[in-house]
Amino acid sequence: MDVLIEGVLALVAEPGRIAMMLIGCILMYLGIKKQYEPTLLVPMGLGTILVNIPGSGVLATGGEPGPFQILFDAGIDTELFPLLLFIGIGAMIDFGPLLSNPFLLLFGAAAQFGIFFVVIVASLLGFDIADAASIGIIAAADGPTSIFVANSLGSKYMGAIMVAAYSYMALVPIIQPVAIKAVTTKKERRIRMAYNPRAVSQTAKILFPVIICVVAGLVAPDSLPLVGFLMFGNLLRECGVLDSLSKSAQNELVNLISILLGLCVSVKMEYHDFLQFDTLLVMGLGLVGFVMDSVGGVLFAKVLNLFRKEKINPMVGAAGISAFPMSSRVIQKMATEEDPQNFILMQAAGANVAGQIASVVAGGLILGLLL
Amino acid sequence: MTENLGIALQILGLGWGGIFLVMFVIYLVSLALAKLFPPTEGR
Repeated sequence: MDVLIEGVLALVAEPGRIAMMLIGCILMYLGIKKQYEPTLLVPMGLGTILVNIPGSGVLATGGEPGPFQILFDAGIDTELFPLLLFIGIGAMIDFGPLLSNPFLLLFGAAAQFGIFFVVIVASLLGFDIADAASIGIIAAADGPTSIFVANSLGSKYMGAIMVAAYSYMALVPIIQPVAIKAVTTKKERRIRMAYNPRAVSQTAKILFPVIICVVAGLVAPDSLPLVGFLMFGNLLRECGVLDSLSKSAQNELVNLISILLGLCVSVKMEYHDFLQFDTLLVMGLGLVGFVMDSVGGVLFAKVLNLFRKEKINPMVGAAGISAFPMSSRVIQKMATEEDPQNFILMQAAGANVAGQIASVVAGGLILGLLL
Repeated sequence: MTENLGIALQILGLGWGGIFLVMFVIYLVSLALAKLFPPTEGR
C-alpha cells in the first residue's frame, strides 16, 4: 500500500509524467481507433506510458539498464532496427512501374524539397545544424530513414522526430490534398496522361537493385547502409529463387522489428525530454516539410509542362514522396474526384517508388555532408 | 545562426542537387537495362 501511495505521490509531483501518459493514450487511440500506422503507434503509445511511470523498471532496474534501454542500445543506437526494416520494405516494392517509365524518377528527387526547406527554416529558428537536418529529414516521409539520420547526427529530438514522421505519414491523405489544391488549378488536376508502359524483363528487374547500390555507393557512400538494405530486400523479391525469404522479410521481419522499434523508441519519450517548446516546433516543422514536399513535386511538374507537348498532371509530382503506396492512392483519388475517367495511378505509383529511392539517397547525402 | 544558415543553404544546393544527379544516373541506367535486356518474346 505504501508503495502505491508513494508512486501516486511521485506522479502528482511531476505532472509532466501524467501529460506524457495522456500523449501515450492519444497515440494508441490514433493507432487503434483511427488506424494511423497502428504497428508503430500502438507499441509506442504503451511504451510512452511505461517509461513515464516513476522509477520505471523498463528503463533501469537495480542500477542496470532495463529491457527498453537494452533494446534501444542494441537496435537504435547501432541503427540496426531501421536497417532491418528496410529489408522488408525493399521486398514489398515493385520497381516495375518505375522501370517501365523511368522518367518518373525525377519526381522522386523533386518531392524531397521539403527536407531542405525545413533545414533552412530550422536553422533560422536557431536549431544547430545537426538538429535542423534531423528535423528536415522528417520530410523524407520515411520513418526508418528519419530514425537512422537523426540517430547518426545525435539529435536530441529523436522522440519528437519519430512521432512526427510516423504521424504525418499516416496523415498523408489529409495533408497532401490541401497542399496540392493550394498550388494547382482544377484544369491542371484534370489533365489526363497516356500510359504506354514499356515491358520490363526479369533480368532488368534483378540487375536494377544491384546497379542502384553501386551508383548510390559511388555518389553518396553514406547512403549505402540505407540503400543497400533496401535493395537487398528488393533483390530477394525479384531474384525468383528466394520467395520464402522475400515473404518472411515482408511479413515476419517487418512485424517483429516494428514491435521492437515502437517499444524501444519510447525511451526517448520521457517527459523531461519530450515536454518542451522545441518539441512543438519540431512537430510543426515536420508538417511544413510534408507540405513543401508536395508543393516542390507539383511545381517541378508544372515547370516541366512549360517545355513538354504532352502535359503531365502536376499531381503526379506530389506522389514523389516516400509514403508508399498511400501517396499514389491519394493522387488517384484526387484525379478521380476531378474527372471520374482520369486514371493516373500507375504514373503516380512510379513517382511514389522513385520517392522511396530518393528519400534514402537524401538521408545518405545529408549524412555525407554533415559527418 | 549565419554560419548554420550558410551550411543549410549548402545542404540545399549539394543535397537536393545530389539527389537529382543520382536519380538522373539511375534514369540512364534504367534506359540502358531496357535496351540491353529486352523482355523475351511471348512473355
